[in-house]
Amino acid sequence: MLTVLILLPLLGALVVAFVPRAQVRPVGLAFGLASLVYGLVVASRYDVDGGMQMTETHTWIEAMGVHYALGLDGLGLMMVLLTVAIVPPVMLASWKESESPAGGGARSFFAWVLALEAMSLAVYTATDVLLFYVVFEATLIPAYFLIGGFGRSGRGRAATKFLIYQLAGGLILLASVVGLYVVSADAGNPSFLISDLAALDIDPITQRWLFVGFFVAFAIKAPIFPFHTWLADTSEKATPSTSVLLVCVLDKIGTFGMLRFCLGLLPDASQWATPVVVTLALISIVYGALIAIGQDDVLRLIGLTSLSHFGFIVLGIFVFNATGGTGAVLYMVNHGIATALMFLVAGFLINRTGTTLISEMGGVEKHAPILAGSFLIGGLAACGLPGLSPFVSEVMVIIAAFDHHWLVGSVSVLAIVLAAIYALWMYQRTMTGPDLEGSAPVADLDRREVGIVAPLVLALVLFGFFPMPLLDVINPFVHDSLTSVGISLEGGHQ
Amino acid sequence: MDFVKPSIDYFELSPLLIVFAVACLGVVVEAFLPRALRYRAQVVLSLVGLVAALVGVVLVARAVATYDDGAARGILAVGGTVAIDGPSLFIWGLVLALAIAGVLLFAERHLDGGVSAFAGQAAAVPGTDAETAAIAAQREHTEVYPLMMFAVFGMMLFPASNDLLTMFVGLEVLSLPLYLLSGLARRRRLLSQEAALKYFLLGAFSSGFFLYGAALLYGYAGSMDFAAINEAVRNDVGNNSLLLIGTGLLSVGLLFKVGAVPFQAWTPDVYQGAPTPVVAFMAAGTKVAAFGALLRLFYVALGADRWSWQPMLWVIAVLSMFVGAILAMTQSDIKRLLAYSSVAHTGFILVGVIGLQGSDQLASGEITSLQAVLFYLATYGFATVGAFAVVSLVRDSGGETTALARWAGLGKESPLVAAVFAFFLLALAGIPLTAGFVGKLAVFSVALAAGAWPVVVAAIAASILAVALYVRVIKVMFFDEPVGDGPSVAYPSVMTATTIAVGAAVTLVLGIVPGPVLDLAAVAGEFIR
Repeated sequence: MLTVLILLPLLGALVVAFVPRAQVRPVGLAFGLASLVYGLVVASRYDVDGGMQMTETHTWIEAMGVHYALGLDGLGLMMVLLTVAIVPPVMLASWKESESPAGGGARSFFAWVLALEAMSLAVYTATDVLLFYVVFEATLIPAYFLIGGFGRSGRGRAATKFLIYQLAGGLILLASVVGLYVVSADAGNPSFLISDLAALDIDPITQRWLFVGFFVAFAIKAPIFPFHTWLADTSEKATPSTSVLLVCVLDKIGTFGMLRFCLGLLPDASQWATPVVVTLALISIVYGALIAIGQDDVLRLIGLTSLSHFGFIVLGIFVFNATGGTGAVLYMVNHGIATALMFLVAGFLINRTGTTLISEMGGVEKHAPILAGSFLIGGLAACGLPGLSPFVSEVMVIIAAFDHHWLVGSVSVLAIVLAAIYALWMYQRTMTGPDLEGSAPVADLDRREVGIVAPLVLALVLFGFFPMPLLDVINPFVHDSLTSVGISLEGGHQ
Repeated sequence: MDFVKPSIDYFELSPLLIVFAVACLGVVVEAFLPRALRYRAQVVLSLVGLVAALVGVVLVARAVATYDDGAARGILAVGGTVAIDGPSLFIWGLVLALAIAGVLLFAERHLDGGVSAFAGQAAAVPGTDAETAAIAAQREHTEVYPLMMFAVFGMMLFPASNDLLTMFVGLEVLSLPLYLLSGLARRRRLLSQEAALKYFLLGAFSSGFFLYGAALLYGYAGSMDFAAINEAVRNDVGNNSLLLIGTGLLSVGLLFKVGAVPFQAWTPDVYQGAPTPVVAFMAAGTKVAAFGALLRLFYVALGADRWSWQPMLWVIAVLSMFVGAILAMTQSDIKRLLAYSSVAHTGFILVGVIGLQGSDQLASGEITSLQAVLFYLATYGFATVGAFAVVSLVRDSGGETTALARWAGLGKESPLVAAVFAFFLLALAGIPLTAGFVGKLAVFSVALAAGAWPVVVAAIAASILAVALYVRVIKVMFFDEPVGDGPSVAYPSVMTATTIAVGAAVTLVLGIVPGPVLDLAAVAGEFIR
């Protein structure tokens, strides 16, 4: 079942690579929508009581204990749904831009997007550490060509920077993955299966080294201060659609990995590292918001807000209580939707004004109320306005942070103020005020663009008022993973 | 001293003998056949010979007896001087496969207006009338095929040798033809001749070291035979300083051949100057053969003395990885860049060598050092041959263009060629879903299992540097604007195309289903003594 989920977009990528030129975009979109539908079918089969479901396990490299093993739990399901839901809007949004001669054309754009989708789905369903690692790295190839092939000048450099950062993180991850394997081999049963590795009793020193490897790799991916410097360049130079895929889908692998590997396999070391990790998360939250305020490039600004948001997610994960964990997973979904909305609307705006600089925009509101309105919703969602879904998750994380330590909570609350500044100030400078001299009035969103924006806005509002369907899936997962950490916590104190 | 005539195991030696016979036949062909027929005859002869030898390897591999309750398999032939065991057979198969690719590249005549990549008449001084006349007459050196077959013979004997003298003979038989082949480029003759001279002088020098080391070890153990040296080391007889100095000097000879730091100075010049088909064959084949010999010497003869040579290999592995990766980044010529990358790969393979764990020391289902290194050699060999084959396709008006800056825009000129080259680079960088990744994973895990974690940490750091280097080339090909006219891609004949396609296919398949080859390396078992 899960294999089909991965193969469907992969097949789509191959088909798109060979169909006649005129059919590239419709066929690509068809595969994107088919994956969405199939993802929903998978979700409908999911049993909300939790646990690993729909597992498939086949031996892959027998000599090294590697398996092709897939499975789905609450966390995985959330990320799978986010992935399949984000892809069709991204494809629609880049319907026209992907034609631009600067890039490799629509064919390579759609093929790479589908390949990226397939690899991401594999990442979120892999239950073998090596399989996870392989597809984790494989996502970088389509991402690299999407960044380097489409977007603005300087994209080649940005793509290279992105790839080198990510591969460096990947190799550090590899060291830890191999380390886990060696530990399991020493215990007499060499295997990469997460279920086998979770049963291991790893001595504290080894656990800490392995944790450092995993955490650094995932902090680069997520991104967390001080490993974030690739993010701003990448989101500035790539197209907004690519940034959506990167920030909303791919970067979640970082926080996903922290939950699955750091907490799941190395619980003692995760507790040991909590003070450092929480500090880094707080720095990311405040620092990300502060530098976002100072940006003049709208895409760079949106990219940097994610630094702040990822800080929240990591904070939620590492405060070790149920509210925080649930809030973090919910945040991963909400951030995906809200940021996608911001990036895509910003993309429409940039197409119309021909510039990415905030200082060269203004007065859009009067001519294009729908565009301005959806941009405002995206911005308000980012700063956690009640009634929109990010509010729920943000409040949960902040409550959990106060439970952890009052100081941690107080610092995280700062972010709400800062977020209001960057979101509203950005809106004010781009949308309100008089028209800039010499610029033609901006046209409002057309039907295709409204069709892209509307579902995202709807999702934000819907989950803002009714987060229960999501929470029902997330809670059992958080309960399970905290139980494993909690048990070891008691063991550690006795 | 009585002279005992050794019994010769013709069947087990058949792959070796076939290659040697073909090489000799090639000389006869060269002497007696009219010029017009030689090219065709030589190509067919070499290919048939190599395929026959490969079939021989398979037959021998199925027939050899097992040793030590199945931990090893094979026999000691020719009075104990040649070990035909699992690792030898694996390396033979690999060398022969790479040699077939080499012959196909040597025989390529489509790329350069109907002539091969070799000089029309090597004796003609560059720029003289004699050279012009040779070019006008479309002459070509068909001796390259028998020369190559001799080199292949050496590459097979070298890792299979079971005493120091046979190993020296293997070393020389493998090296001498390569010195000659390096000097035979049709274009940029002076560069090529300089490369050949450098290779020859430094190679001769390193052979001297090897020979001196062999003499000292003989002085220590009283025998050239690896098993006897092993016994001597175990029983701690004789003068230990002889053993240490001998080991050191022997290592110089072998580390020179694999291109490890600090004996790597020849690689960039030779890789840049030698004809590209020769580089493709030499880079892959020599490394495979020399690592085979290195493993046999260190594991079989000096295995009991590992505590003295392991620290040395730690240092050399780390140095090779870093020097290779860092210097590769500063290169502006694609062949020099690949040369330094091969130095870095030598370091990675040495990381696997350091593991030195037999199957008896490991949990079931864990891979051995030998298995990891053999697998790495297979992945490296095919990716290298493929990459150099692609290099031979990219041209401008002056023939092959190897300046990296001239490769800008290749992605638009020929997306397929650029994509294939990018794929080989990703394999060399060790990205998952390519064979290079599984190779790296294997050597890292054996080294970690042996407790060499500082080396593995260094290897990870060096891999990050190496990744930056390969990504830079990919960026130039796909995202940089071409300079002037940009590069053009020559349309190759089916021979080069096959080589590239097979190289890419092997690299992809071993990346996705490495199981069979890992198993094959496991079945090869241990070295016999």
